[in-house]
Amino acid sequence: MYNFIFSGSESGRRWYPWPMTRKLPALTADTAPFWQGGSRGVLQIHYCAGCRCFFHPPNPICPSCNSFDVAPRAVSGRGRVVTFTINRQAWTPELVEPYVVAIIELAEQANLRLLSNIVGCDPNEVAIGMPVSVTFAQLEDVWIPLFERAGDV
Amino acid sequence: MFDRLFEKDVAITGVGQSEVGRPSLKSAMRLTLDASLEAIADAGLRREDIDGVACWPGDNNNGNSFSPVGPNALLSALGLKVNWYGGGYEGPGPLAGVINGAMAIAAGLCRHVLVFRTITESSARARDKGVSALTAKTVGRDSSYFWQWYTPYNVISAVSFMAMYAQRHFHDYGTRPEQLAQIALTCRRNAALNPKAIFRSPMTLEDYFASKMISTPLRMFDCDVHCDASTAIVLSRRDAAHACRQAPIRIEAIGAALHQPWSWDQISLTENAAFDVGRMMWSRTDLKPKDVSSAQLYDGFSILTMIWLEGLGLCPRGESGRFVEGGIRIARDGSLPLNTNGGQLSGGRTHGLGYVHEACLQLWGRAGERQIAPHKIAVAAAGGGPLGGSLLLARD
Repeated sequence: MYNFIFSGSESGRRWYPWPMTRKLPALTADTAPFWQGGSRGVLQIHYCAGCRCFFHPPNPICPSCNSFDVAPRAVSGRGRVVTFTINRQAWTPELVEPYVVAIIELAEQANLRLLSNIVGCDPNEVAIGMPVSVTFAQLEDVWIPLFERAGDV
Repeated sequence: MFDRLFEKDVAITGVGQSEVGRPSLKSAMRLTLDASLEAIADAGLRREDIDGVACWPGDNNNGNSFSPVGPNALLSALGLKVNWYGGGYEGPGPLAGVINGAMAIAAGLCRHVLVFRTITESSARARDKGVSALTAKTVGRDSSYFWQWYTPYNVISAVSFMAMYAQRHFHDYGTRPEQLAQIALTCRRNAALNPKAIFRSPMTLEDYFASKMISTPLRMFDCDVHCDASTAIVLSRRDAAHACRQAPIRIEAIGAALHQPWSWDQISLTENAAFDVGRMMWSRTDLKPKDVSSAQLYDGFSILTMIWLEGLGLCPRGESGRFVEGGIRIARDGSLPLNTNGGQLSGGRTHGLGYVHEACLQLWGRAGERQIAPHKIAVAAAGGGPLGGSLLLARD
């Protein structure tokens, strides 16, 4: 999946697809379902059968009720932007700015949040409350969940 | 069984600070020794009196000189004989060393604890511009407990989170950029009177808005300025403090609570840890926010100062924008002088202990040209996101 970078003058604005370099996460029994669900096209979030709630990031125990009866579960991948920032600093020589960092609240549950990038649109169009849906960028054995602008939920 | 809150038994008796360089030509250890020996002498103590050492975040170099000197190195270099020492990142933010040291004294382990914080990010950057990047902190795949959820998204600096907190604060409370700018402008005005400050030339609102956008809505002047420096304080048992050189500054109350996940994205975006910390601190004293005469509040990023103002109850929730508007209330002659040494935004990123150092100088009336009106009660707080700790300081 590509980030879109702006090039050219304000009047002739054009956005080019640009692959982002990304640092990859280590995979463990707890975290692999999140990072590899994209291989089947689904976003997987840990769910507690004890108190019937999702939680993130994944752990072997539910932070609400401390039940070990937890497992990854596919979610819709739809949500809304809780907050975001347009990063304008190239922190490493490989990075191309701007790119959007956002916290997404998933549709399944209030306050069920994760951090991601908003890709595939003009960063200036991103707004708090904007509906988004998941997409994935595969790098080696990791399918990084990213979010694109979606039609209203 | 306990009829007393532990911090009531502890006082600050001396402070010290090395030169603040950008960069300094001195080694990190030399800076640490300069600060430590000044603090010990300031307390009227000798090396032999120090029986404890505390530091946050301990030996935590991470390749970027975030904390190049830990308690082990310092106590060895100084030849101290200690009963207790401790460091480490896990704690209630950059004031954790003070809180841990106070606990060691209250537990009866020590009489005089040296607390220090050394940071040499300027010289590290002079060697390699990229060292600050989070990506340099882990080799290979990221397995760090929280950063593994962020670095795949090129969240390379804490500013990504701070910018998202600010964006949400703007959205929820109508906070405006020109209000946020008052934190940077106030710090710059104060830094002009601090000979050690990194940025001392005047800054206007226009200068602020002309500064580079780093991560919307935060600009370069919303981010603190790296430096090489060490800051130290001496904590003493109150019954041992009276032998010291100057009036002890009591620790009236500490705040260290975190009732949320230790996380940068799962916590309350507009409260961070600051509201938990504030509630705890005020539960441990009869004093009220209105009793505070000066505030030294973390400004690693300007939005955090705003969150601390609200979290500590120094202004109502969501009102920090209006509270700082025009910079009147937070000026040196205002109702709540703020970051009177220039903070970290202009003074330099001494990272935490600098706020305590300045609070004490002001309470003792030793702040030179930037001295504010004589007062008895000051608050210092440091941290952002899940990191947070506060000290309510009193001079009798």
